[in-house]
Amino acid sequence: MKTRKLTTLALTLSAAMILSYIEGTLPPFMPLPMAKIGLANIAVLFALYRLGAWEAACVSLARVTMMFMMFGTGVSFIYSLAGAAVSFMGMALLKKSRLFSPAAVSVGGGVLHNCGQILAARFMLSTDAVVYYMPALMVSGVLSGAAVGAACSVILNRVGVK
Amino acid sequence: MMKGSGTRFADILLIGGLLAASLLWLFVSRADGTEGGMAVVAVNGQETGRYPLDTEGEVALNGGTNILVIEDGKARVSDADCPDKLCVRQGEIYRTGQTVTCLPNRLTVTIEGKKGEADLYLP
Repeated sequence: MKTRKLTTLALTLSAAMILSYIEGTLPPFMPLPMAKIGLANIAVLFALYRLGAWEAACVSLARVTMMFMMFGTGVSFIYSLAGAAVSFMGMALLKKSRLFSPAAVSVGGGVLHNCGQILAARFMLSTDAVVYYMPALMVSGVLSGAAVGAACSVILNRVGVK
Repeated sequence: MMKGSGTRFADILLIGGLLAASLLWLFVSRADGTEGGMAVVAVNGQETGRYPLDTEGEVALNGGTNILVIEDGKARVSDADCPDKLCVRQGEIYRTGQTVTCLPNRLTVTIEGKKGEADLYLP
């Protein structure tokens, strides 16, 4: 059912963007650069399980691009894209392995998101000093990934996986 | 959801492993720092100044976007022109390797050992 899929995709993308926007209005929950809850990943993870890997990649990329076009500042696109790309590829692989539940896939995605951003910061600031944040950001990635995964699991349990 | 006991085990392994590894890394990296002697400022990876921690005072960095304060042997960023002020909230640093980063201004303050020449002695 093509129309149905298109509508679900569009809805998921709008949800991702609204979640992104809400997250932007929240104060940073830790005094660490790049530490975020990653609310928008609820929608990406949902798309990954409900619609498929390709569709979820589109949701993630479209969200990053459109959020940047509307609210982006300078280099924010590079950080968002680096985080989203690394995190998405990792989540798609983790899901494909069929070993893990959505919550664990989300934890992997959270940690990888921060890895991608550290790589981007290393490249942007041309300094290894930012690697100092890596362990703290990994802890933050595990915690926020677990929260996002739990939220998405609730939705998937109600809506059902594809 | 299809949640067999195998999935649960793999989940615990992945989440627990990541958490344990990151916490271990966090403690190891925070514990081994010796007290540093120099706050090294870099903008865009280019070193712009070194300030010894045994002096007191404040300097405007990067043309005034961030203010660095050194007192009691510790360095901190006391003000910044960015909205989230994460560099200010990161607080004091004084151990070798500790870093305060301001991503919007592409600025890092890193603590280095006592060796090395100072560019500028604070008044």
